[in-house]
Amino acid sequence: MNQIGIEPPLGPKGSSPAEHDGAGRRVRPYAITSGRTRPLGGDLPVEALVQRTAMGGRALPTAHLERRRILELTAEPLAVAEVSALLRLHLGVTAVLLGDLVAEDLVIVYLPPAASASRVDLVLLERVLQGLRSL
Amino acid sequence: MTEAVPTLAPPIPVKIIVAGGFAVGKTTFVAAVSEIEPLSTEAPLTQMSRGVDDHGRRSTKTATTVAMDFGRITLGADLVLYLFGTPGQGRFQFMWDDLVRGAIGAVVLVDSERLAESFAAVDYFERLGMAFVVAVNTFDGIAAHHLADVRDALALGPGVPLSYCDARDRPSAHQTLIALVQHAVALATA
Ligand SMILES: Nc1nc2c(ncn2[C@@H]2O[C@H](COP(=O)(O)OP(=O)(O)O)[C@@H](O)[C@H]2O)c(=O)[nH]1
Ligand SMILES: [Mg+2]
Repeated sequence: MNQIGIEPPLGPKGSSPAEHDGAGRRVRPYAITSGRTRPLGGDLPVEALVQRTAMGGRALPTAHLERRRILELTAEPLAVAEVSALLRLHLGVTAVLLGDLVAEDLVIVYLPPAASASRVDLVLLERVLQGLRSL
Repeated sequence: MTEAVPTLAPPIPVKIIVAGGFAVGKTTFVAAVSEIEPLSTEAPLTQMSRGVDDHGRRSTKTATTVAMDFGRITLGADLVLYLFGTPGQGRFQFMWDDLVRGAIGAVVLVDSERLAESFAAVDYFERLGMAFVVAVNTFDGIAAHHLADVRDALALGPGVPLSYCDARDRPSAHQTLIALVQHAVALATA
């Protein structure tokens, strides 16, 4: 896939600027390898996939509460909405938690290829159609 | 940094929206086709809601959340389809812009006894220019109206696929999804 990895946070941990958007939400900037920097916030696609990193796996035994649950759940890629539902957490809260974990390199978020396009690519559509037909 | 990236590429996630008014069968539809126990998640309306809230106050921020149904269909080792069932009326529409971005398209469910419930959804996807099909949930297998009458009443263009569907029935819901993706392909190749 058009894999989009999340790079480490800009600057040392704790010093990354906690910016505020117009609505007063805290947003954390993160860099993706395509070179764009976007907040991991309200515009995090619900179908984006989350997977823990090797470091996340090692951090699991000492992680607490929701962080631990997320690290447990994401041994295999899981959609953001799925994480939110399984943790019974609001999507917005889930996005903030994931933002922290991404910044610490404990999870990686894969954005869907369509996130940056206005329409889903034809080749992909045809694969979806073929996939549905052969179920 | 290299060890941070798992070696196996994750599947490509794609999504389809299941929309329509109150009690038209969205949750039922998602449950019928999902391979997982359908889940529900709370989406914030906070940053999306604009304008006037329920109490008539001007508001840019509310603590309201909306329940969204969520299902999954694995289409291969490298492709996974997510279904999002979402209420489609009034202020709930404010969350759609974020939710539908990047979607393949939408299935708009209608109850032919209560067509007006789904006006807002039809309107929304039409204006957005997103591929959508309209599926008349037959409830108890009884079609209350002819499709031609439904098309008229919803003022659907001739190009919008319209069919019956039984939201409780997996093959029927599955067929509706196929019709949507076919339509999306047709629009993309037009
Ligand atoms: N008999 C019958 N009942 C249905 C059908 N689809 C939905 N229902 C029922 O109609 C009600 C509303 O359906 P639901 O899926 O919750 O609607 P939603 O509000 O759009 O999510 C529920 O009680 C369902 O069990 C159908 O095809 N036949
Ligand atoms: Mg429902």
